[in-house]
Amino acid sequence: MQHTSPIREPLVTGGKTYHDITEDVCRQVEAAPNPRWAAAFGVALIGLAIFFYSVYRTLWFGIGEWGLNKTVGWAWDITNFVWWVGIGHAGTLISAVLLLFRQKWRSSINRAAEAMTIFAVICAAMFPVLHMGRPWLAYWVLPLPNTFGSLWVNFNSPLLWDVFAISTYFSVSLVFWYIGLVPDFATIRDRATGPIARRAYSFLSLGWTGSAKSWSRYETVSLILAGVATPLVLSVHTIVSMDFATSVIPGWHTTIFPPYFVAGAIFSGFAMVLTLMLITRVVFKLEDYITVGHVESMNKIIMTTGSIVGIAYTTEFFIAWYSGVTYEQYEFINRATGPYWWAYWTMMTCNVVTPQLFWIRKIRRSLVLTFIISIFVNIGMWFERFVIIVISLHRDYLPSSWAMFYPTWIDVGVYVGTFGLFFTLFFLFVKFFPVINMAEVKAILKSSSGVTHHGHHPQANVIHGAATDSNTNTTHSNE
Amino acid sequence: MQDRIKYWKGIEELENAPEFEKHAHNEFPEFLPVSESNAEGTPATGKTHRRDFLKLLGFSMAAVSLASCEAPVRKAIPYLNKPVDVEPGVPNWYASTFFQNGDYNSILVKTQVGRPIKIEPNNLSSLTSYGTSPRAQASLLGLYDNNRLRYPLIKNNEADWTKVDKEIMSRLGKVNGKVAFVSSTIISPSTKQLINEFGSRFANFEHVMYDANSSWGLLSANGGVIPGYDFSKANVIVSIGADFLGSWVAPIPFAKQYIQTRKVSSENPTMSRHYQFETRFSMTGANADVRVPIKPSEEAAVITAIYNAVTGGGSSAASISNAAAVTAAIKELQANRGKALVVAGSNDPGTQAMVTAINRALGAEGTTIDVAAPYYTKQGNDPQMIRLINEMNAGSVGAVLFYNANPVYDHPLSEKVASGIKKVNFTLSFADRVDETAALVEYVLPDNHYLESWNDFEPKKGYLSLSQPAINPIFTTRQMQESLLIWSGSNTDFYEYIRNNWRKVATGDFNEFWEHTVHDGVLENGTSMLLVNTNVAPAAPVIKVIKPTGIEAVLYEKAVGTGDMSNNPWLQEMPDPISKATWGNYVAMPRSMAEEMQVVQGDVLKVTMPNGGVIELPALVQPGQAPGTVAIAVGYGRKLESMPVAIGVGANAYPVATVVDNTVFFTGPVKLEKTDAVIEIAQTQTHHTIMGRLIVQESTLAKYKEEPKSVTEYVRIATHEGPAKPATISLWDDYEYKDHHWGMVVDLNSCIGCNACVISCQAENNIPVVGKAEVLNRREMHWMRIDRYYSSNVDMETKDLGVVERYDKMEDPADNPSVIYQPMFCQHCNHAPCETVCPVAATMHSSEGLNQMAYNRCVGTRYCANNCPYKVRRFNWFAYPNNEKFVNINTTMQTDLGKMVLNPDVVVRARGVMEKCSFCVQRIQLGKLEAKRENRRTKDGEVVTACAQSCPTNALIFGDMLDPESQISKTLAREQGERAFHVLEELNVQPNVTYLTKIRNLA
Repeated sequence: MQHTSPIREPLVTGGKTYHDITEDVCRQVEAAPNPRWAAAFGVALIGLAIFFYSVYRTLWFGIGEWGLNKTVGWAWDITNFVWWVGIGHAGTLISAVLLLFRQKWRSSINRAAEAMTIFAVICAAMFPVLHMGRPWLAYWVLPLPNTFGSLWVNFNSPLLWDVFAISTYFSVSLVFWYIGLVPDFATIRDRATGPIARRAYSFLSLGWTGSAKSWSRYETVSLILAGVATPLVLSVHTIVSMDFATSVIPGWHTTIFPPYFVAGAIFSGFAMVLTLMLITRVVFKLEDYITVGHVESMNKIIMTTGSIVGIAYTTEFFIAWYSGVTYEQYEFINRATGPYWWAYWTMMTCNVVTPQLFWIRKIRRSLVLTFIISIFVNIGMWFERFVIIVISLHRDYLPSSWAMFYPTWIDVGVYVGTFGLFFTLFFLFVKFFPVINMAEVKAILKSSSGVTHHGHHPQANVIHGAATDSNTNTTHSNE
Repeated sequence: MQDRIKYWKGIEELENAPEFEKHAHNEFPEFLPVSESNAEGTPATGKTHRRDFLKLLGFSMAAVSLASCEAPVRKAIPYLNKPVDVEPGVPNWYASTFFQNGDYNSILVKTQVGRPIKIEPNNLSSLTSYGTSPRAQASLLGLYDNNRLRYPLIKNNEADWTKVDKEIMSRLGKVNGKVAFVSSTIISPSTKQLINEFGSRFANFEHVMYDANSSWGLLSANGGVIPGYDFSKANVIVSIGADFLGSWVAPIPFAKQYIQTRKVSSENPTMSRHYQFETRFSMTGANADVRVPIKPSEEAAVITAIYNAVTGGGSSAASISNAAAVTAAIKELQANRGKALVVAGSNDPGTQAMVTAINRALGAEGTTIDVAAPYYTKQGNDPQMIRLINEMNAGSVGAVLFYNANPVYDHPLSEKVASGIKKVNFTLSFADRVDETAALVEYVLPDNHYLESWNDFEPKKGYLSLSQPAINPIFTTRQMQESLLIWSGSNTDFYEYIRNNWRKVATGDFNEFWEHTVHDGVLENGTSMLLVNTNVAPAAPVIKVIKPTGIEAVLYEKAVGTGDMSNNPWLQEMPDPISKATWGNYVAMPRSMAEEMQVVQGDVLKVTMPNGGVIELPALVQPGQAPGTVAIAVGYGRKLESMPVAIGVGANAYPVATVVDNTVFFTGPVKLEKTDAVIEIAQTQTHHTIMGRLIVQESTLAKYKEEPKSVTEYVRIATHEGPAKPATISLWDDYEYKDHHWGMVVDLNSCIGCNACVISCQAENNIPVVGKAEVLNRREMHWMRIDRYYSSNVDMETKDLGVVERYDKMEDPADNPSVIYQPMFCQHCNHAPCETVCPVAATMHSSEGLNQMAYNRCVGTRYCANNCPYKVRRFNWFAYPNNEKFVNINTTMQTDLGKMVLNPDVVVRARGVMEKCSFCVQRIQLGKLEAKRENRRTKDGEVVTACAQSCPTNALIFGDMLDPESQISKTLAREQGERAFHVLEELNVQPNVTYLTKIRNLA
């Protein structure tokens, strides 16, 4: 359908056939758990236990279990929230925006990226609830009809916008992810041997028949959802940034925040996708689907967004100076030289300096270095939120109230615990769901596998084999 | 026949069925399906059926769940016969008097359904109207102190009063040797007379008064009384080490007089000039125009210089380190003869005699000293007490009774007191708990709390007041005076005794007079009743110079005073006016010494005291502390179970005090040694300078006189039409206030930093106490705080420094900084940043300008607190009323007794809820309802917040800004464009709180 330049790097390597794809991806689901998976899942469960313990302490004794105080009312909680929401951005960007832009390289990574989005948003959503003094009343932030009289939520509050933004984002991402999974579930259903697996995947595949009508609707829905999701990529973090931007606190009250936050979110999201994909591809031997080319493309985006973020940091300083507002000026000098200078410089190093290394092609294409830099970016982006939230709050207007924030073990526990939650979900996902979107990879196989299909009979046979092997995909493979 | 009557358990027994026989001695009837398979040695055959087991299990589960459903019994018993005047929800006020440790306040006790819940000022008193001390506010907690003795003790065993009286009366009749009655200062005419009458029964009786914070030097220089200082008439005030606003002699009357000379307006731009020469940084020093840090050993030189100058004996100012300031002070004193006052804190009779001579030479007597009306709030006689201690040790004392006295703890010769008590045959203490002295005596007969007692007072000659019980005694305690009357064989009770005594001063019909006086609480017609020992040989004006042998340490009082209120959590958590430290004492040292010893704040120092004792206390670097000296607060280091709140808080520094020539000097040489340990000091403010910000404004009197409009800097926002007031540029619609618009004016010139407002607010609004650990976590709950800023040598205009370095240097206070206080609480912004961000609209604006909190609606996101530029919102991090961590800390909510102090008009906040100043909305509501009932507007002064009500210097003016006749409206109209400013006006949050620029009368 689409012309692919012969000089463009293949997106699927190793001379994969349609059948190979089915085999490679379904193997993970159908085979007994891989010991490495079991070990990793065990570690994730330990993290989950830490999460439950820390949450128990928080809920039973109160927010006092954390290190917050009268001056710094948010610290790790909202830092973690924004960080996880940011990470959750890559999924939608990859699935929706890149789909609209017909970036075919997205197809082998979008599934995992979307899953990551959903799990990251779940982790993120923990914090707005947990950070409440009375989380059992969290439903009061929803504009529900109630018996309290004419009691309504406050539509002026950015926190309320957050509720809408995050819940919308989560629902759309979930639906988008799930719709994409349906044909693949059907493939697994058709291959399933056990009665439970057959029933379960049959239920999950929503009676997918693979008819031309189904495919057509599938494509349409995907496109519509991509259209719906695309503004969300911009809106979610824009709204999250408004929690800060609409306030009066120096360091928060900044009009630059929406674009700066969106860029930062994409930046951190891509870094997290890379971190996870680089591990997954090794653990599940998916090197042929997630190629160095993919990694390089993502690194380019990281480099771009990292530079945007760097410019934003600089602009903040410029505006602080240019505005002539002493509080603002002090805030930024305090960021760089105050008691939390180390947090600021960690952020600067990780977010602004390290991604610049991707200008060098070798580094961009080095999986080890990419992995290391992706970790740096993850750390840097966590510190970015810490810097914005804690450093701005701890020395605001009246010096009499200036205070330091020191985290407690429970603060650490909740944060580490969300990793447990995230990875528990992620490992369950990689074990029971197809990690790579088989249908979409098959769609690009012809054009982007680097294998010439014309006059190559054995190859053609295999294609046919694949089609019969998974008869639901017939229409698709003939596309 | 009778033996044969038999009662059957039931028809079964009568019939004597075999089935019944079989089970008659079986405890469990046969239908219980569980068989004990191993009971009779048979192996486990499992006769219990599965179904039976499940049935039983089900029954047990149901039974247990049902049992747990039972609601706890809460006793709320309504009155069967409602007492007259007790209306639930309608408070009653009783005039009374608080006097402790020199701190005198004529008060009103607010009671709700018979429970005293608040101390308020008695505005009929001319000494302490419109204001109280923080200690008077906090004294309320003493009534509900769980650790008070609930019954008399004989040798540490519970006894009843009949037994006690019998034993004591027989033993007192057989006393061999002197009978000594040891008390702190008593200003009650009737009590004093009663003690004398009681003593007249004994051949050898002595009433010894001593004060833990003694003013003997002052007394002996002035014939046994404190001169009737009147600061209000002084143009020039020179204080050498006297903390007359905080803890010296009679702080509240002095503060009220002093502030009269400090209030300014453009019509009357005059102020007194206040010089303070002192060692430690006192609250009084913080209010001085010129403050000079000197060592205690330098006081002599300063006083001598002044003495020489004003008596014409030449000048010797040259030998003083701060000669210029002394010279300036002398010059001003001389220029203001008749309008000058010199006071000194030293306890040296010779020094005080010189001060008396100075005042006499300055013509103060009759002007700034009311000779006819001396103060009686300190009468402690050091030599007499020391003589008694020696007599006790010599074995010549047969009986000793301690009343309001704890010399084993608070006397520098405490060890000798303790050893002396062992040599006295009959020992008794009227302490309300087993304190250090009471622990050593045979009889502890707990006195009533003052709110449970009748008493009379004469703090100043010709100024009488009464106290009356606001509640029946909670425990089986008995007022000391009742005991003395019983032991004297009198049939009258103390109430009758006082009445009889007051007949002497009554005019007209006595009953009418008495009713009237009890109602008013005060009688100020010039009659005097108190017997005072004026037979004191005047000391010679010769200064005793104590040659310093090491680091000179001075002792001082913090919130808990001399330790008499150590078990009071409100006071323990009250921030010190200077250091802002709560919970405990520390070694305050100047920066130079800290640098020399390489000590940083919190490093624990071993302090070797003059008596050889060693205490360990953390260091606190205190700007303004005189070089080469340290200051340590007394009243800490309690170890007894009777004071659980104070256990583990600080160390006892009393042994630093030294006795010279039978006089107690509250200074002494100490040795300091750094250790590796660290004890963190819980301060509510850890950043001490203003950082060049336009938050709190000050100017000089000279500038103010020249142009009142020049003293305040107003922020203007640049617009295309030129600079504009921030309030004129707004995205928001303004609120329209139709009925009331409540507001507050804070006069920074009047605020002395005493914290009375803080404690008053805490009492009024049920604010929890959180303890040292949580203050260290920066989570104190005070709705009202007093920010204290030190000046710095560096400001925004300082040249030659890079911007980073300049900010860095601005964080350091000057070595002898000036201090400015800024009371800070919810500013009730008209464009409140907190209101817009709350997702559930739990905080919103009222139609009368209040920023309200609906606690029930709050879900606790803390967004409002983050977005508050003033950081006045407080979050309930824990369930303070029932979290076990706070049992011995938040006593007002954790114990049944403590809960009685809670204000029923204010809800106790739940965990996870935000709270803050409400402008005492419950009082506003009450005022409006009362006005509504009479179909009128509220009158100015009818509604007043707890803080404004308690401020002894009236620095806080609360009122309706829509009432043109209200004090606040008039003040605002007068000060507009002159001293009135809003904090952070540029944010355009439009606070309803206005501050008035502080004016300093700099030389």
